[in-house]
Amino acid sequence: MNNISIFIQKEFLHVFRDRKTLLMLFGLPIVQIILFGFALTNEIKNAKIVVCDYAKDAASQQIIEKLKASQQFEIQNILLNHKQIEATFKEGKIKMAVVFPANFNNDLLHQNKTQVQLITDASDPNTATTISGYASQIIMDYRNELMQLQDLPYQIDTEMRMIYNPELKAAVNFVPGVMSLILLLVCVLMTSVAIVKEKEMGTMEILLVSPFNPFLVIVSKAVPYLALSLINLTIILLLSVFVLGMPINGSVLLLYAVSTLFIMTALSLGLLISNSTASQQAAMLISLMGMLVPSILFTGFMFPLENMPYPLQLVSHIIPAKWYYIIVKSIMVKGLGFSAIWKETLVLFGMTLLLLVVNIKKFKIRLT
Amino acid sequence: MDTVIHTNKLTKRFGDFIAANEITFDVYRGEIFGFLGANGAGKTTAMRMLCGLSTPSSGTATIAGFDIYKQAEEIKKNIGYMSQKFSLYEDLTVLENIRFFGGIYGLSDRQLKEKSEQLIETLGMKSEVKKMVGSLPLGWKQKLSFSVAILHEPKIVFLDEPTGGVDPVTRRQFWDLIYEAVDSGITVFVTTHYMDEAEYCNRISMMVDGEIKALDTPAKLKQQYSVTSMDEVFYELARGAKRSE
Repeated sequence: MNNISIFIQKEFLHVFRDRKTLLMLFGLPIVQIILFGFALTNEIKNAKIVVCDYAKDAASQQIIEKLKASQQFEIQNILLNHKQIEATFKEGKIKMAVVFPANFNNDLLHQNKTQVQLITDASDPNTATTISGYASQIIMDYRNELMQLQDLPYQIDTEMRMIYNPELKAAVNFVPGVMSLILLLVCVLMTSVAIVKEKEMGTMEILLVSPFNPFLVIVSKAVPYLALSLINLTIILLLSVFVLGMPINGSVLLLYAVSTLFIMTALSLGLLISNSTASQQAAMLISLMGMLVPSILFTGFMFPLENMPYPLQLVSHIIPAKWYYIIVKSIMVKGLGFSAIWKETLVLFGMTLLLLVVNIKKFKIRLT
Repeated sequence: MDTVIHTNKLTKRFGDFIAANEITFDVYRGEIFGFLGANGAGKTTAMRMLCGLSTPSSGTATIAGFDIYKQAEEIKKNIGYMSQKFSLYEDLTVLENIRFFGGIYGLSDRQLKEKSEQLIETLGMKSEVKKMVGSLPLGWKQKLSFSVAILHEPKIVFLDEPTGGVDPVTRRQFWDLIYEAVDSGITVFVTTHYMDEAEYCNRISMMVDGEIKALDTPAKLKQQYSVTSMDEVFYELARGAKRSE
């Protein structure tokens, strides 16, 4: 055991000696958090919504038909009771719920004034504002059509309700995104480069000739990056709470637990890359192009996955960062517990296990 | 004489290519065994099999009395290795390197302290202790690398072209360290390109195209080929080589 502590000490020395990289590692999350403060706007297609229709009259049916016909929406379900709405949101399957009150048509025809409620999941604020805008537009179109038929001052008020993030803070969207990217960057890139560096320098041979367990070589290499990642995670969370004013609604402990799992996923990915490459450049290139770029594209925080063609959506399933992003959003923004994220956690766990098994099979105790 | 390395028809194939073909030889305790051959003759492959870095395709070998197939872990504890690439951590100081490599061989803190003081004294590197290894001249790095390889007092030390790229004077100083190690009972197995170094060895084997073509003391080899220098012996033997890099 003394051996491994000596080894880990040495790894920390490597990390601390390389000041430039260290600066980059800690500077990057800070810069990203601040840069991403500029929200991105996106066009949305086929957003999944539910309708809760207490009226079931001609007017509500016509509006539902219009929503159905539009490119922007895809009606998942017609609910009977608004109590089901929250549950459906928590499952994360829908972006908006449209609620028609009883006597919708009656009120419209006799009092010339009625209401529709639009409830959106504002944990993704861009999507929430955009789709509620689309929906109001469709409802206004319907009103205008009515007014052309009969010249009466019809009025349909749309009452917007944002849940999960009523203040529409964009931070809730990019903080989890930045978290997944930074953790990936540190773990995948740095670990693979650190291990390949030993191969390149010839020190790996010396280590393999020594009685030191080769598997522990890898473990010792991973420890500093696990520690650095947890520090990075803390910096990001502190920044987001105190600078961006974004609270952590769920359990901080749970957040750290799943983050550690994600770090392990990333570390095993880094390990796989270092096992398959012989030079630092190759390791860096594969980590950046093969891991980081797809993660930026397919995590869903920059480009909504709903808009992507189906095959690309399938691709997004194999990106670990996507699952981590969903988990972090659920915990930080929606304040959900483990029961809500166990599926995603299981996916990450499965990926990590698979990667580790492949690594152990691939790992060569002897160099040839 | 005690045999510390014994190989019998040790062979390594990479597909159709036979890198080392039925190598058989013995190395005795306390000798300096020179392992010579042109580039691509199979020296490094043979040495890597002996160190446990590469699994032989066939044949048997024992190192320090341990079987290379079954007792790899025991062998590791009893050998030291210095690779062709200079192999200390350049971003660690002299002392940190010594502590680290001593540590992974399981030396205790007290041993480490004693050993590192002694080593620094011998090498005359007192003022360099806190310097990064990367900033040292190559000759010093090689000496340090060798000293680190024998820090755990192995029975055998394997040196793979340990003095590449330095001048003859520095090479001579390096060999002084090797003699000191031999005096303390360590057996030295060394590959080299330099024929002046070959003269320093007790016995020499010459590899050509993956096979051992000659094995004897430098004096007898010179006699056998009726030449006056190891250069000429090497030339006589390597001339028939079919493969080169």
